[in-house]
Formats: sequence, structure tokens, C-alpha cells
Amino acid sequence: MTGDSILVAIALFTPLVGAGLIAFLGRWPNLREAVSLLTAVFLAGVVFYILPHVVSGDSPTFSLFEVLPGLQLTLSVEPLGLLYASVASGLWILTSIYSIGYMRAHREEHQTRFYTFFALTIGAAIGIAFAGNVFTLFIFYEMMTLVTYPLVTHHGTDEAVRAGRIYLGYLFITSVGFLLLAIIWTWFLTGTLDFQAGGILTGKASNTTLLVLLALYVFGIGKAALMPFHRWLPAAMVAPTPVSALLHAVAVVKAGVFSVMKIIVYIFGIDLLHTTGLTVWLMYAASFTILAASLIALTKDNLKARLAYSTISQLSYIILGAALANTWGVVGGSMHIVMHAFGKITLFFCAGAINVATHKTKVSEMGQIGKTMPVTMIAFLIGSLSVIGLPPFGGSWSKWYLITGAVSAGHTILVAVLMVSSLLNIAYLMPIVVRAFFVGPSANSPGETKIKEAPLFCLIPLCITAAGCLLLFFFANDLYQFLTAIVQS
Amino acid sequence: MELMENNLPALIVVLPLLAALLAPFLGQGNKSWILATLTTWAVLAMTIRLFIQIDGLANAQGVHETFISYAMGNWKVPWGIEYRVDPFNAFILIIIAMISAMVTYYARLSVSKEIPVDKIRFFYALWLLFITGLLGVTITGDVFNIYVLLEVSSLAAYALVAMGKYHSRKALSASINYLVLGTIGASFFLLGVGYLYSVTGTLNMADLTERLKGLHDNRTVITAFVFLLIGLSVKMAFFPLHGWLPSAHGYAPPIVSALLSGVTIKVGVYVMIRFLFTILGVKFIFEELPSAPIFLVFASLAILLGSYMAIQQFSLKRMLAYSSIAQIGYIVLGFALANESGLTGSLIHIFNHALMKSGLFLAAGIVIYQVGEADLAHLRGLGRKMPFTMAAFTAGGLGLIGIPLTSGFISKWYLVMGAIDRGLIILAVVILLGSLLAMIYVWRVVEVIYFKSAPDSSSEVKEAPWALVLPTWILIGASLYFGMDSSLPFHMANQAARFLLGMQ
Amino acid sequence: MRFFDLYNYWIFILLMMIGFYTVIAKPNLIKKVIGLTLFQTAIFLFFISLGKVEEGTAPVIVPFTTIYSNPLPHALILTAIVVSVSTLAVALAIIVNIKQTYGTIEEDEIEEADGVDGE
Repeated sequence: MTGDSILVAIALFTPLVGAGLIAFLGRWPNLREAVSLLTAVFLAGVVFYILPHVVSGDSPTFSLFEVLPGLQLTLSVEPLGLLYASVASGLWILTSIYSIGYMRAHREEHQTRFYTFFALTIGAAIGIAFAGNVFTLFIFYEMMTLVTYPLVTHHGTDEAVRAGRIYLGYLFITSVGFLLLAIIWTWFLTGTLDFQAGGILTGKASNTTLLVLLALYVFGIGKAALMPFHRWLPAAMVAPTPVSALLHAVAVVKAGVFSVMKIIVYIFGIDLLHTTGLTVWLMYAASFTILAASLIALTKDNLKARLAYSTISQLSYIILGAALANTWGVVGGSMHIVMHAFGKITLFFCAGAINVATHKTKVSEMGQIGKTMPVTMIAFLIGSLSVIGLPPFGGSWSKWYLITGAVSAGHTILVAVLMVSSLLNIAYLMPIVVRAFFVGPSANSPGETKIKEAPLFCLIPLCITAAGCLLLFFFANDLYQFLTAIVQS
Repeated sequence: MELMENNLPALIVVLPLLAALLAPFLGQGNKSWILATLTTWAVLAMTIRLFIQIDGLANAQGVHETFISYAMGNWKVPWGIEYRVDPFNAFILIIIAMISAMVTYYARLSVSKEIPVDKIRFFYALWLLFITGLLGVTITGDVFNIYVLLEVSSLAAYALVAMGKYHSRKALSASINYLVLGTIGASFFLLGVGYLYSVTGTLNMADLTERLKGLHDNRTVITAFVFLLIGLSVKMAFFPLHGWLPSAHGYAPPIVSALLSGVTIKVGVYVMIRFLFTILGVKFIFEELPSAPIFLVFASLAILLGSYMAIQQFSLKRMLAYSSIAQIGYIVLGFALANESGLTGSLIHIFNHALMKSGLFLAAGIVIYQVGEADLAHLRGLGRKMPFTMAAFTAGGLGLIGIPLTSGFISKWYLVMGAIDRGLIILAVVILLGSLLAMIYVWRVVEVIYFKSAPDSSSEVKEAPWALVLPTWILIGASLYFGMDSSLPFHMANQAARFLLGMQ
Repeated sequence: MRFFDLYNYWIFILLMMIGFYTVIAKPNLIKKVIGLTLFQTAIFLFFISLGKVEEGTAPVIVPFTTIYSNPLPHALILTAIVVSVSTLAVALAIIVNIKQTYGTIEEDEIEEADGVDGE
């Protein structure tokens, strides 16, 4: 085992070991939280340490055990995976800080269970990010579904249990019914499941078979929330906000679109898809989701529900990028993984902060909140602008690349889709900000004078992520250079 | 030692038989349990030794013609009864021995609570007879001997199921129902054997294989096949002849259910596979007769309907019983595909399901031991009070669903591969659909265990004694381990599959 | 006509089906067991008649002939009869238990007493 592979192993085991420690330290909350934070920092450190290796073209690999003859549990780092891992681990630090503030202010129960499964989820995310073959990806993907279940059903109420059922139902039916079938079929066709530059399916089957296979893969990855398999996302909003923030803005949903991107680039291969035009249907399916989800978001009064549908819409941006099957599309989509993560997590942090400070969840009740929670609402504004895709915020760059990709692929109607989507984003996000700063107090909250700004532990992370949205605008070019390595084969 | 080595095949059957005869004389109390435990562990050691011998032979000369032949009483084959060990039944023998050893060890506390003190020695006598029969059926090379030993184990099973009457009187009607249907099944089997004998004049399996080679058009042979099929389907509880199983496995004492679901129906499958692949031959059964569609259709129905019925049950043991019907469906589907992947999947599922289902029944047994009943009402909130037992149950349940890193996933993988290899994607869909249905009935239990609050009357319930939890965890733990590193069961199953298909 | 030459097989089938019918149709447990025994006995008769060799005598060595019927089916059926009798014994034991527990040996009355299944 070379030095590089040890790093990869450490990256995987850090959150898992951390989870064990956290579970053990349940009785000493401060110690437990400290361990949680330290594990997050350590993990981010390891991931960023691997970064230069990957930039220089290396691919550190680490193999675990052989589950089936010929199928190893293997981790292998490449740029896209590293991107996802960096986002997940970096934002884990911020979410840990945020969770401390939120959980304590809310006096939530079962906090040890919460932090333990949080760590396990990040472990699963690292497994997905660094998966060297589709088999490993699948195993960690399923593991992620299982370990996020206790987080989604955290409150233990009947509503939470029902939501948990919807969550598991959608994710397992898609993964067992479609994804597993696709994987075994691929194994049958090619004899391998390794991720390779240029894909492994060229010349292995007829175009019809490949089309069916692609559909099975895309719909099988339920975490990407492509309609009609999106219902689990709003259902999972019943979880505490830190869960929604990290998992559904960053880890779980990004695992989904990351997997889609990875399969399109490394299993099918961009060239194959480009020449056969197999992904055209996907472009339209993604477009439909983008628009439909945005429209539904307009109708939602509950802030978290609105953000949930916004996420569904934004995820399909990434799927669209993958479906374009050209450099601009893939790079744009991948970049959007980062941009959307920062933007959406800011929005969720703010939603949670509002909930903690005022116990309000409906947009219609949030009149004049900006007066008493200015920091929060400004961060919300920044996050919204990034999601809408306006400069000088990061979201504008990913949107730009996606538009360029659409033009380059010759599907100009998609440009229109992206434009309309931006308008819809404005329509469902800006009113919140406007209402917070300008509109008079709503009739639902007569003279509430005891509203104050959110706790500090909640404020700091959301400020950092908001700042991130701004900073990413300037670092987009570096990201672009980093990501083009994915498409070069 | 040399003497024991040479006579291993006979000893495997004779030892538990003698122990069974000895058990009633050991007086009240646990002495009979000690005898049973020692015997089953000794048998396990012997079956492992036998497998090592076979494995060595297979590695040396290739899988194709590997076997150990033992002539009972030194009467020459084919006139005498032959015990014949090859890669296929060596594998099954280990499964039987392994599960018996674990469950017998577990039995001490469970039996002391369920069965009246003066009857315990008879219980263990029946128990040992039951195991003797199963081992004998697997190891013998004579088809009539199969009938005799099959009935030995079945009779013991009928009586053991009836022993559940101390817990619920429905065990009695379940037992008489099992007896009637089981005997009819065995009689059909006997009739099939009779037809084969009338055509070939021999009862020895190897000899039959030779003599049947030229007789594929013979109507008697086809009739014999049909009778064998029906008789064995009853014994395996293959849809639609499964009616006796839910009640029998549902009302029997938990350790009896563990062996019944985990092993007995698998022995029925063993005999079926033996007849299909070895004696009658793949070419005859699958290419000349339209057996494959029949098997595949009924197997699919077993999977779907069995799982559907399991969802309707409130009693844990009945739910597991219906689940077994579905699992037999998977196993039949695998071998009916008659290709290497399918057959490997089928055989590996025999192994994996034996581990999981026995473990699950033992976990249910622990619940009965501590709480009195194992139905959904009594399971509320047990996740907190009996964490180890419930964790074992959840892990076993995940295995039934086929989550990756459990052994159930490995079986499903090969079964789906086998289906794709035959181009029957619809079967792959059925297999995966079965997994999803399993998710519903398993998750129902998981929700009740972890999310519902316990009724106030159960405040004194705590975790069970280690003597019960440990064997349960050994079985479930093994199923998890073999889900992560399947090399050993895969090797055994694949070797057996290649042997049965006549490959090298 | 071969049809009538095979009269023994027709009798066995008849017996078998009478037994089978009894098992299925009669609700009384003792009658079921009788039917079961009839069914099995018919199969045994079938086996034994397979072993008859033309002009053969019973397979016991006697001085006046050298043609014997095949002894193997006889040995097999002796074993099978033992199995059948044991089954009968177990069945009767269970039925006695049922009578003690339920007070009846009629299947429909037992089902009624048990109520709906699913516990």
C-alpha cells in the first residue's frame, strides 16, 4: 500500500471511527460535540491533503475486501469524486457548528444518536465519492440510505415515521428495482464494473439496450430526485433543519447527482453518448423537472418545503449538464454541485435560524423579520442570488457553463428552459427577502417584541457559507481547470 | 482414527441415531441436552472433515467425477445400499450440521421453558431422530433409502411440531395437517421411485443415472418424474403445495421452526435437485420436457404470493414461515434456470437462507422466552429493552431484503445474473420485486420495535440470557460476514453447481 | 386385450383413489387416517406386484423349483409397511391429544374452535 492509498483509507475510516467515538461519549455532551468537530476538521484536512495528488494527475487507490469473486470494494480518487468529498467534508465542519447551536437551542432529544448517524452519513458520502467501481458506489449508496433513516425519523412522531417510510420506499424501490438491475446487467455485458475514462460500454450492446440501461441507471438513482421519483425529498423535510441542511442540500442529494454524473462520464462515456444521442430524452426529463419543481415551489408557504422543491429543481440542472454530454455541460453540472451546495445550505441554515429564533415556518408569517434578524436575512439574500444565478455569486458561473453547453450541443430550447428557471427562482425566493425587509408585520404575529437574532453558533456558519457563495465567483476558473480533467480521456 | 476416517459417511448418520436411542434413558433434566449438543457438534466436525476430503479430491482431479463411495455393511454396490458423498451433498451436509449444532446449543433454555420437565428427554430423542433423518437423506446414494430416512425425519418432525401444544393448542391441528399432507407427499415420492424401479430394476442412484440414459421417451419414466415432482414439492413446500407450512412452522416450538425452515425444506430441495440434475439429467428435464416454464412460473408465484402473505401476518413466526415459502421460490427459480450463475445462486441461497432464517427464528424464540408471545403487539418498544436480540432480528431482516453487505444480497446477485444470462429479464424483475415486498414486512417489524413505545406491563422485560443471544448472533453474524466476504460459500456452491452441470 | 391383462394395476389405482378421496373429503380425522393407510397400502401392493416373475414362487429357497419372484420389492415393502405403521401410530397419538384438547375429532369443528388464523 503506497502512502497515497493510506490517505484514502484514512479518509474513509475517519468518519466511521468518529461515529463510534461519538456514540461512546454520549454522556458528556461537550466532549461529544468536540469530537464531532475534530473529526470533521480532520477529515477535511485529509481530503484537501489528497487534492494536490489528484491535481497532478494521480489516482490514489485503496482496496478493501472482495465481496463477490471479481468484485472488489475499491476506492479510487479522481477529480469529480474529490470535488464531492471536499464539499461534503468542508460543509460538515460548518454544519457541525450549526447543529450544536440548533440542537441545544431547540433542546432536542437523542442528540448522541443524531451526531453518530451524521458522522456515518459522511462516511458513506466519502465511500460514494471515492468509489472505484459501480459496485462500491452501490454499496455505499445503500448504506447512506440506511444511516440517514434514523436522521429523517429523528423526532419519532407518527409523522416522522410515515415520512421515513416514504423516504425508504422511494429510495429502495428505485435502487433495488432499477439501479441494481442496471448494475448486474452492466456486469453481464462487460465483465467489469470499474470506472474508466471513456466509459466501459462502447460496443458492448445495441443502442436500444444502452438506452434502457441508461434509463434504469438514472431512475434508479432516486437520490437525484428526477421526477417522478422526487417525493422523498419534501417528505424528508420533517427532520430537524441541520439534517435538511447537510443531507438534503449537500450530502444525500449530491450523492445522487454525483452518481449520475459519474456513471455518464465513466461508465457510458461522453463520446459514446454524444455520437448515439442516447441522452436527448434525459435532457427533456431534466428540463421538465427543473420547471415543474420550480412551479410547485411557488405554491409552497412552508419555507422548508419551498426550499425542498427548489433543490429538486436545481438537482436537475446538474442532471441536465450530464445529459448534454459535452465538456461545458459536464463541467458546468459538476461546478453546480459546489455552487448549489453553498447556496442551498445557506438558505437552509437561515430557515433553521428563523425557526429557532421565532418558531416560524411559514413564509407568510415572516414579515419584517429582517429588522430583528438582519444578518440572517442578508445571508438569505446572498444565498438566493447565488441560486438564482446572478453575479457576483458563484451560481452564475455554473449556470453560464450550462447555457454554453446547451448552445454547443445544439439544443437552444434548453437555454430558454434555464432562463425561465432563473425567472421562477426569482419569483419564489425574492419575495421572501422583500417581505422580510420591507413588508409590514403580518397579522399572524401581533407585536412580537422578543424576536432576536439567531444564536451565535447558528449565525457563524451561515455567514461563512454566504461568504463562500461570493468567493466561489472568483475561484470559478480554478474549479473549471480542475474539472476539465474529468473530461479529458 | 483411521477407522473413523474410513467410516465417516456411516458415522455421520449412525451417531445421532444411537444418541437418539440413548436419550430417553438419561433421566430428567438436562443430561439429554448435553448428549444432543455433544452429538451435533461431533457431527459438525465430521461433516467438515468429509468436505475437506471432497475438496481435496476436487482440487486434485477436477470437479467432474469427484465422489466418495461407501458401501454399507460392505455389500457391493449396486446391490447394497451405498452412501455417496460428492461436492453437492458435502455442502448440504455442512449446512445441516452447522445449523443443528447452533440450534441444539440454544435449545437448553428454550426447551426447559416450553416443554414439561418429564418430557424433555423424549423431546431430545425426537430431535436427534429428526437430525439423523435429514443427514441420512442427504448422504445416501439409494433412492429407497431416501424415502425411509425422509420419513424418519418427517415423523419426528410431526411429533416435534405437536410439542408446540404446550404453548398453543393450534400446534396439534397444524401437526395432523402436516402429517397427512407430508405422508401423501412421501407416498407420491415412493410411487415415483416404484415406477423408476420397474423400468430400470435398480435403486442405486449412480446405477439409475446410467440406465436412464437411453430411456427418455419412456412414458413410465416421465410419469415417475411427475410423481417425484409432486411428492418433493410437498416436502419442499413449493407453491402451490405449501399449505401445511405456515401453520406447522408458525405453531411449532421456535427451535423446531428454526430447523424446519432452515434445513428441512432445503433437504427436500436437495432431493429434487439430485433427481433433476444427477439422476434424470439436465438434458431430459429441461430440454426435452417443458419443466423449466412450469418451475419458473410457480417459483415466481411463490416469491410474490409468499411475500404478499407474509405482509398480512401479525405473528412473527407465521410471517417468517410465509417468508420461507418465498425463499424456496427463489431457490427453485435459481436451479430451474439451469445455468451456472442460477444454480450457484440457488445453492448459495440454501446456505444463506439457512443461516438467516434459523437466526431469525431463534430471535423470535428469545422474544417468546422473555415476553411470552412473538406478535406485533408484544414487540412494541423492544428495541430499547432487548437491544442485542432486536439488532440480530433487524440484521437478519436486512438479509432477507437483500441489502448489500448481507449474504442475502449475494444470493440475489447470482440469481439475477442467472436470469439475465437466460435473457429472462422478467424473472430478474420478479426477484427484485420480491426484495421490495420483503422490505415491507421486515420494516413493519422494525418500526414497531424501535418506534412504538412499550406497553406499561412490560417494565420488567430485559435482555435475554447470553446462552440464547450468543447462538442467535453467531448465526446472524455469520450471515453478515458471508455477505462481506463470500468466498467460502461461493466456492462451495459454485463447485457443487459445476459438478451438477457436468462441468469441469 | 392388454387392458384387461393389467387388471391388477387398475385395482391398485382404484384403491389409491378411494384412499385419497377419503383423506380429502372426510372431516373425521380417524377416517382421514384410514384413507391415508388405504392410499399407502395400494402403493405397496403396486410395488409387490412389480416383483412377480411369471411362474415364480415366493422368494424363499425351496427344493422343487428354481424360479422365484423378485425378493427386493418384498424387502422394500416390509420396510415401507413399518414406516406406514409408525406414521399411523404418530397420527393416532396426535388425534388422541386433539380429542383431549378440543373434545372433538371432526376437522370442521376444530377449525371453528380455533377461530381465524393469523393469531
